[in-house]
Amino acid sequence: MKIEFYLNNDLQDIEVDPAYRLLDLLRDDFGLTSVKEGCGEGECGACVVLMNGRAVNTCMVPAGSIVGKHIITLEEFKNTDRFKAIEKGFMEAGSVQCGFCTPGIVISTESLLNENPNPTDDEIKEGLSGNLCRCTGYNMIIKGIRLAMKKGEGLW
Amino acid sequence: MKENISKSIPRVDSKAKIRGEARYIADTEFENLLFARTIRSAKPKAKILSITLPEIPAGYFIVDKNDIPGKNRMRTVVSDHPIFAEDNVQYIGQPILLVVGEDREIIYDITSKIDIVYDEELPLLTLEEAEKTSAVFTDYHYDKGNPDEAFKSAKTIIEEEFSTGYQEHAYLEPNGIAAEFKNDVLMVYGSMQCPFYAKGALRETMDLSENKIRVVQSITGGAFGGKEEFPSLTACHVSVATKKSKKPVMMIYDRAEDIICSTKRHPSKVRYKAALDENENITALDIDVLFNAGAYNGLSPVVLQRGIFSATGVYNIPHLNVRGRNFMTNSVPSGAYRGFGAPQTIFGTEMLLHNIATKLGIDSLDYKMRHLLKKGDPTCTSGQIHDIVKMDEIINLATKNTDYYNKINTNKKYHGIGVSLFQHGCGFTGKGETMINGEIILSKSGHNVTLKVSSVEMGQGAETVLRKIVAYTLEISMENVSYTNPDTGMVPDSGPTVASRTTMIVGGLLRRAALEMKDRWKEADSFDVSKKYTHPNFLNWDDDKFQGDAYPVYSWGANVAEVEIDPVTYELTIKKLEGIYDVGVPIDERSLIGQMQGGIAQGIGWATIEVMEPQSGKLMQSNLTDYKVPTSMDVPEMNIDFISNPYEFGPFGAKCAGELPFVGAPPAVAAAVSNALGKPINHLPITPEKLMEIDNEN
Repeated sequence: MKIEFYLNNDLQDIEVDPAYRLLDLLRDDFGLTSVKEGCGEGECGACVVLMNGRAVNTCMVPAGSIVGKHIITLEEFKNTDRFKAIEKGFMEAGSVQCGFCTPGIVISTESLLNENPNPTDDEIKEGLSGNLCRCTGYNMIIKGIRLAMKKGEGLW
Repeated sequence: MKENISKSIPRVDSKAKIRGEARYIADTEFENLLFARTIRSAKPKAKILSITLPEIPAGYFIVDKNDIPGKNRMRTVVSDHPIFAEDNVQYIGQPILLVVGEDREIIYDITSKIDIVYDEELPLLTLEEAEKTSAVFTDYHYDKGNPDEAFKSAKTIIEEEFSTGYQEHAYLEPNGIAAEFKNDVLMVYGSMQCPFYAKGALRETMDLSENKIRVVQSITGGAFGGKEEFPSLTACHVSVATKKSKKPVMMIYDRAEDIICSTKRHPSKVRYKAALDENENITALDIDVLFNAGAYNGLSPVVLQRGIFSATGVYNIPHLNVRGRNFMTNSVPSGAYRGFGAPQTIFGTEMLLHNIATKLGIDSLDYKMRHLLKKGDPTCTSGQIHDIVKMDEIINLATKNTDYYNKINTNKKYHGIGVSLFQHGCGFTGKGETMINGEIILSKSGHNVTLKVSSVEMGQGAETVLRKIVAYTLEISMENVSYTNPDTGMVPDSGPTVASRTTMIVGGLLRRAALEMKDRWKEADSFDVSKKYTHPNFLNWDDDKFQGDAYPVYSWGANVAEVEIDPVTYELTIKKLEGIYDVGVPIDERSLIGQMQGGIAQGIGWATIEVMEPQSGKLMQSNLTDYKVPTSMDVPEMNIDFISNPYEFGPFGAKCAGELPFVGAPPAVAAAVSNALGKPINHLPITPEKLMEIDNEN
């Protein structure tokens, strides 16, 4: 089918199988490799992008359902001030080890803070619960988000 | 007093990873790339009677045992795993052939039309079944003192059995590898811990000389042992495929495939007989360790060695009789996994002492402390503890920070606190280091210095730590010290990235080279300093009798876990976990806290929620929906601290660290659960179903 959607703020007009995974569309057709495949079934969060400002697992989104939607990947989000605050927070807290889950966690952090600029620790944990990390044990990611909130005060 | 080297600096690889710019193997582009998909055994044990292929379109290939130029066996400790199955299969998931081509849809279509006819045989599926047969791959034994005499004169003899289950590594990046020929040289790129292991395997399977193979590690999204020996197999797969197709070939596993066929932590049983004297102290132990090695032995003998050499934990037991066996079953091969056999035996020993103390009405920590090893004591293999043991200091801090002695006496039912004491032998077991004789090169060019090592960055922070050791020694900026992912064509073999050896052994060699370079700095604008491993001469090891120093030095620790159990649903919540560690001198404290917390989280997973149970040889949990690893909701607040205890032969005094936290967390959690229910915990994982059963037992 023919679909129109916004990818990183540009209008796209493409011909696509409606069952094609958004994950494959972004990685294979648009070369957006910040989007990672970790499980292919919506459990790990490595393939998360923003769809109309909210985090979604692209492995679970069929291309047919993105008509008219705004998709933002890390390739675009990294140009924002909000990203810079998250980047600083994560660097300072040691939130990154192997890095494979990190792009998804950055996007989930944006989604969480966009909805709730002042989350409690429990709310942060809940907001992160769709993103698996096997390296850090999460404590330093939570700390990174807290630091990002401080560094980016007023941005969310 | 914090050492300067311990002061944290930003990780050098974090910026690219946060920005999504780090390229893993699946993100790498090749021209004319083909993809490979593996056809696997659907039976746990069978003869292959026939394989019927559909018509294969032009540009697509079937790659199997007949295409292998050299040996059809994966080179490792025991080279018994076929690269592609021959006339039989021994486990569900065993690779039989590859379908290779450009379009993944067409590959799937071909895959679905391949018909394999099997003649099924009766499989051996569990450790229990295997024990009744003679399906033993490895049977080890060692003793110490006079155990027979000690058991004869014992006042009491106590017998206990402990068991643990499978564990999947669940690195976030599934296995991925690619190969191509470039100017007659086989180039292999992939997510891996040990580029030289892969190269060694390729030499035998591809029948190529040393200078015709280069293995290049790509950015690796977690490994934990799961990418130690396993990528040697997939490297051979894609290499045979690229030779046949004459095009670059990439193979990226999806999660289900990765779980079905990659190595796992060995399921175990550990049986103890303990001799107690008139003061209730343990004078002798008879320990019988049983590991499920799966269908092929592979790396399992050395995993079992670390298991049995860790079997007395941090305790000085005068008389010992220790046996260890790897059993063959028709299941996916077990292999390397953080802790490498030690978590199973340390869990058993910690819970044994805990159970004996509880039965005697003695505080379990006090009872453990009666048996603690100290400097100069003999190890279980009659070697020696050469360095100061600071367990008293570690325990003091851990109990003070958690108010342990108050809580252990006042906790209500379903609330528990528990402690574990543990150690980890640093670096390779026995003569391992002298068999590798790791080498490193430091190259100076003007103001810049390049590290040439085969140690990989896989998330643990090796790049930052190794560059930091060199920069701080030369007193130059981190920016002037460079490191690239190892390419076996460019770096010497400094050994594999395993056994918590990278900082201590490879970092130690870099430190020595940097000290020499510093002395000679003005000698020339460009020169190299290389260093090769030399074994400290005070270490003795008899590899036939298993006598002497199994490890040069140990790192130590104590964990205190606090738990709460829901009396209705038996849901277990770990409220807090305290970890105090002696890793010598921490090289970069924040990196180490990350290692400790990550190791604890993985240990908690193994101990509580990570259930993996095969039925009729098939894993019932083959994705991350069924196989649950801890989420942000499952992991407690972890307070980490370090006790400084410099090691003479480590860089800046550093010892080993990466595996230590995994070993400690499970017995601490189990002890806390035992305290909460007032019942012994002898099996992991402790699921709510198990907890309900245990609570309702009389």
